[in-house]
Amino acid sequence: MKLHIERAAVDTLMIRLFDRIEEGNMPWLLAASQQLRRQFGDQLIDLVPSYTTLMLHYDLRQLDEITARQLITTALAGLQPLPPEHAGREHEIAVWYDISVGPDLERLSGLTGLSVSQVIALHSDHEYQVFALGFAPGFAYMGLLDERLAAPRLATPRKRVPAGSVAIAERQTAAYPLASPGGWNLVGRTPAPLFDRNRDGYSMLRPGDRVRFVPVEHAEFVRLGGDDTPVSGDA
Amino acid sequence: MNRLTVERSLGLAQLQDGGRFGVRHLGVTQGGALDWIAMGWANWMLGNVPTACALEIPMGGVTLRCESDTTLALAGADLSVTLDEQAIAPWRSFPVQRGQRLEFNSPFSGVRAYLAAPGGFRAPRVLGSASTVTRESLGGLDGSGQALRRDDCLEFESLASSPRTMPEQHIPAYGHAVRLELIPGAQIAGFTGESLFRAFNHPWRIDPRSDRMGVRLSGKPLRYTGAPLISEGIPLGAVQVPPDGQPIVLMNDRQTIGGYPRLGALTPASVARLAQCATDDNVWLTAVGQGKVREEMIELLDMWDSGMPS
Repeated sequence: MKLHIERAAVDTLMIRLFDRIEEGNMPWLLAASQQLRRQFGDQLIDLVPSYTTLMLHYDLRQLDEITARQLITTALAGLQPLPPEHAGREHEIAVWYDISVGPDLERLSGLTGLSVSQVIALHSDHEYQVFALGFAPGFAYMGLLDERLAAPRLATPRKRVPAGSVAIAERQTAAYPLASPGGWNLVGRTPAPLFDRNRDGYSMLRPGDRVRFVPVEHAEFVRLGGDDTPVSGDA
Repeated sequence: MNRLTVERSLGLAQLQDGGRFGVRHLGVTQGGALDWIAMGWANWMLGNVPTACALEIPMGGVTLRCESDTTLALAGADLSVTLDEQAIAPWRSFPVQRGQRLEFNSPFSGVRAYLAAPGGFRAPRVLGSASTVTRESLGGLDGSGQALRRDDCLEFESLASSPRTMPEQHIPAYGHAVRLELIPGAQIAGFTGESLFRAFNHPWRIDPRSDRMGVRLSGKPLRYTGAPLISEGIPLGAVQVPPDGQPIVLMNDRQTIGGYPRLGALTPASVARLAQCATDDNVWLTAVGQGKVREEMIELLDMWDSGMPS
C-alpha cells in the first residue's frame, strides 16, 4: 500500500492506495475507510471506496484543504488491514440459473467453449469480493471471476434488465438491484432484495463483503419470492 | 396547510432539495437542485433554509392552481411565467390568491426555474433527502422518484415573516457565451499539450444530449495519452473525457463511480451556471485556484445564513 492524495474538486480529495485491482486491496480499503470516518466525524460528507481508491468529500465550511490532507495523513498513519473476520460480511445469494432469466448462458457457452452447466458450476463455485458499489443503488461490482468465464459486454446493451438479474462482464459479476438498462451477460436471477430503502443500511452488499452464489431450482426461487418472468427478447 | 395543485406537467418538473448525502458509498447518486444558487435565493426570499425542498422546472410546460392565499418565490430561468395572464419575472417573491393559475410557458432566458414555498414543499425524506431521482426510484412527492404529475398536490406552510427582497447585484444575466471555472485535477497531465490548449482556448458547444446526469460539450476532440484508469469516485462537476474526446460535465444525478480520465471539476457555482445553459450555447473553460473558490462559496453560504445580503 502507498498513500497518494490528489485534489478532485473544491471540497473533494482522491486517496490512492493501490495501482491494480486485487482482492487483497479490500481489507486495506475497509480499514482506511473506518479510520477516515473516525478522524473526520461530522466534517465528512461522503466517502466513496472503489477498487484502489477512496474519494473523500468533506465539508468545506469546516475544513480547508490543507487541514483535510493532514487529517487523512494522520488517520492513515500506521494503517493495518482489517483481519478477515472483520473485513466485510459473508452472504449466500440464491440464484436460479436458467435460459429464460439468464438468456446469455448460451452465448457464454459459445464464447468460452464450456457447457452451460460448466458455466453455472464455475460461476457458483467461488467466493467473490465486493470491490465497489456504483452504477445504481446497491449494484455491487464483484470479482474476480474465473478467467475461463471472462466475456465482453454485449455490443448493444439491453434497454431493460429485470431486477435481480445476475450477470457477468469481463472478470466481474454483479446482480441488478433495480430494473435498468444494462450490457452485462445475464446468467440467472436472484430473489434476494439487494436494495431496500426501508431496511437498516439500505444495501445488502457493501464494499469488502464476500459473496457466494448458490444455485436453486425454479420452485425454490419462486418460494423465496423470485419473479420468473422471462427476459423479453425485444428488450 | 397551503396547497398548489398540478394542472399540467410535461414530466420534467421535479421536487429537489440540497441533495442526498452520506449514502454515495452504496451507489446512490447525489441528486439535488442543479442550480443550487437559484434555489438558495428562492428559499432565502421566503426565510427558508437554502436547501429547503423547491420545485425545479426545466423549460416550462407546467401549470399550477393555487388553492390558498399565500406567498411564493421564483428564481433562476425566466420561463415567461404568468399568474392569471399577468407576467411574473423571476428573482422575486409574489402573493398568490386562491383560484389563480401560475403558468410556466417557455424559456426566455436560462433553462431551469426554481419555485419556492414557505417552509419548503412537503415531501418525505428518503435516505435523508426529498430530491427526486427517477432512475433510482427515490425522492419526490411520494418518495418513489416520480416527477411532478397532473393532479399532484403540493403542500406547504404559511409564511412566518415578511418576504425578503432579492439584492439586485446577485441577479445573474444568462447570456449565450459563458465562462465556466474549472479546478484542474491530477489526470490533466495525461492530456496532450495541444489538447490542453484547445480545452481552455476554444469555445465548447452545449450538446442536446444533456440531462441531470451529464452535460455533453462538443468541439474539437481532446486526446488523453495517460495511463488507463480504474473506476473511482466521481466528484460533482467532474469534466470527464471519454475516448471520443468530447467532454461530459457530470452533474448532480451522475453515477457514483466511473473510469474516464478527467480534466478536473467545475466549481459548484459553475455547475449551477451550466444548468442554465441551453443547447448550442457556447462555454469557455478557465482554470481557477481551489482556495479562492472555497472563500467565495463560504461567503455566499454565510450570507444566506445571516439573512443579510452584502
